[in-house]
Amino acid sequence: MLSSSPTVPAAAVLEPIEKGNSLWHDAWLRLRKNRLAVFGMWALAIITVACLFGPLVMHYGYEDQNLDLGASPPSAAHWLGTDTLGRDLLVRLFYGGRVSLAVGLSATLVALSIGVVYGAIAGFFGGKLDAVMMRTVDIMYSLPFPIFVILLMVFFGRNIILLFVAIGAVEWLTMARIVRGQVQSIKKMEFIEAARSLGLGRRRIIFRHILPNVLGPIIVYTTLTIPGVMLLEAFLSFLGLGVQPPMSSWGVLIKDGAEKMEEFPWLLIFPGTIFSLTLFSLNFLGDGLRDALDVRSSKD
Amino acid sequence: MFRFITSRFLQSLLALYVVITATFFMVRFVPGGPFTAEKAVTPEILRNLEAHYGLNKPLYRQYLDYLGSLAHGDLGPSFKYPNRTVNEIIGDKVPVSAELGLLSLAIALVLGIGLGTLAAIRRNTWIDYVASSFGMTGISIPTFVVGPLLVLAFAIHLGWFNASGWYLPSDRVLPCLVLGIAYAAPISRLTRGGLLEVLHQDFIRTARAKGASEFRVITRHALRGGLLPVVSYLGPAIAGILTGSFVIETIFQIPGIGREFVNSAFNRDYTLVLGTVILYAALIMALNLLVDIAQAWMNPKVRLE
Repeated sequence: MLSSSPTVPAAAVLEPIEKGNSLWHDAWLRLRKNRLAVFGMWALAIITVACLFGPLVMHYGYEDQNLDLGASPPSAAHWLGTDTLGRDLLVRLFYGGRVSLAVGLSATLVALSIGVVYGAIAGFFGGKLDAVMMRTVDIMYSLPFPIFVILLMVFFGRNIILLFVAIGAVEWLTMARIVRGQVQSIKKMEFIEAARSLGLGRRRIIFRHILPNVLGPIIVYTTLTIPGVMLLEAFLSFLGLGVQPPMSSWGVLIKDGAEKMEEFPWLLIFPGTIFSLTLFSLNFLGDGLRDALDVRSSKD
Repeated sequence: MFRFITSRFLQSLLALYVVITATFFMVRFVPGGPFTAEKAVTPEILRNLEAHYGLNKPLYRQYLDYLGSLAHGDLGPSFKYPNRTVNEIIGDKVPVSAELGLLSLAIALVLGIGLGTLAAIRRNTWIDYVASSFGMTGISIPTFVVGPLLVLAFAIHLGWFNASGWYLPSDRVLPCLVLGIAYAAPISRLTRGGLLEVLHQDFIRTARAKGASEFRVITRHALRGGLLPVVSYLGPAIAGILTGSFVIETIFQIPGIGREFVNSAFNRDYTLVLGTVILYAALIMALNLLVDIAQAWMNPKVRLE
């Protein structure tokens, strides 16, 4: 691009710039060809919209009990049946989904912010600082973190904000490694040299020039972190340590369902299916994005 | 190689010390103690209890005492089980969890590497698709969904197994399968990816050109390089199997250390919590160290770093 000869008409040089975003456009085209990823996108969109707006159109409230009815299998009035207190399972799935998705997104955001900043600093400055920071990450990788999250949740009350932070604080390590590797290779490129010679500050170079070029891997691993986070939340809820009643999440519903599955199997089957379907979709989408954005493992 | 092992070993020791200290102070600083739940304990009894367990001493003294007895392998008395030491409880429960963990790991490795290899050799055939969907399914359906569903199908409806307990050999089947399959899935994906990368390299062509049988090419030449990603995944996998056993032991009511750990946290049984955390941390670090060494042995590139 830089070596294009001056005889080329200005319009021809400008054309690719006008199209802009061609990298992202190409990636989008590739993604759309991946059937599983498209399936994942649609499934996620439908599940999210249903959880957000479903409760508004339902006839039953979240805590409306019908003790005469008790636990009833799926019927015309209650499409997915009711639980032992006669509460509509579909409505409870919507509300539980709101919490599960919210935990997934916010804890991922925590992990994303810590991981990106940490990795960018280690990668950009290199040398001793990098060595110390990455050894720390290595050591933290070998710590039994879910155990600490369990202790935190038991000792400091089962508070949902703490849950976000605790999960986010566990899941940032991989992101930090990936960002650091990418930053390391990008900072040696000429346009960074150019930015430096223009006298830009370090912070501006990192955030305005390097990180935008690491966006592909960041997007891919963010997508793949969300299912991990949701799994950890459900794991904690299953042990009775996550989201607490009267709030609910898919993990809580699965736990309740597993306790009563002998008599009322639908209480386990529906929450389990919707939760697994969501994780499926996120994993498919993440895999598809990785292929579309051509993110290879950082080693080769 | 010796320097590599020593430095990793010292690092693990340091990390273990940090874990012990962090857990010790975390446990002490939390609101509520092991005796607060007990109904109507008179102040005198409380004082006696605290004196008995050394809780009335200054905190730094307690910490040093704990480290001192830990150095002798003594994890102290349990707060909630009178007259039992943490060592005894751990000694009781660990064999059960070890059996569960080892069987699951074996299932994960055999099934994962087997399926991954098949998928890589028969790339883009139906075998590959079946194996790959298995990988995705295993990753996306959590153990606490698969476990109860299998119990529902095979124990409650078909009556082939007991729904819970840990007495008969057949009681091992469902829990170990559930935990094993969960880790077989990522292992099969990693094996497939690793093998595909190796299979088109020159040394494989050389082996084939020399007339080595396809079986020999795969098992002797390709797998050694192709399994590197699996080996580096073993550390997280082992940690995952250990913590995964919390859920499995709860679902199948297995009297293992995982369930005991969760209970001890609920009961605020300080010494038991500390003891189990130290056990888990030491175990995970030791296994990670082994994995690091195995990796260095298989891949000279790692060793030189």
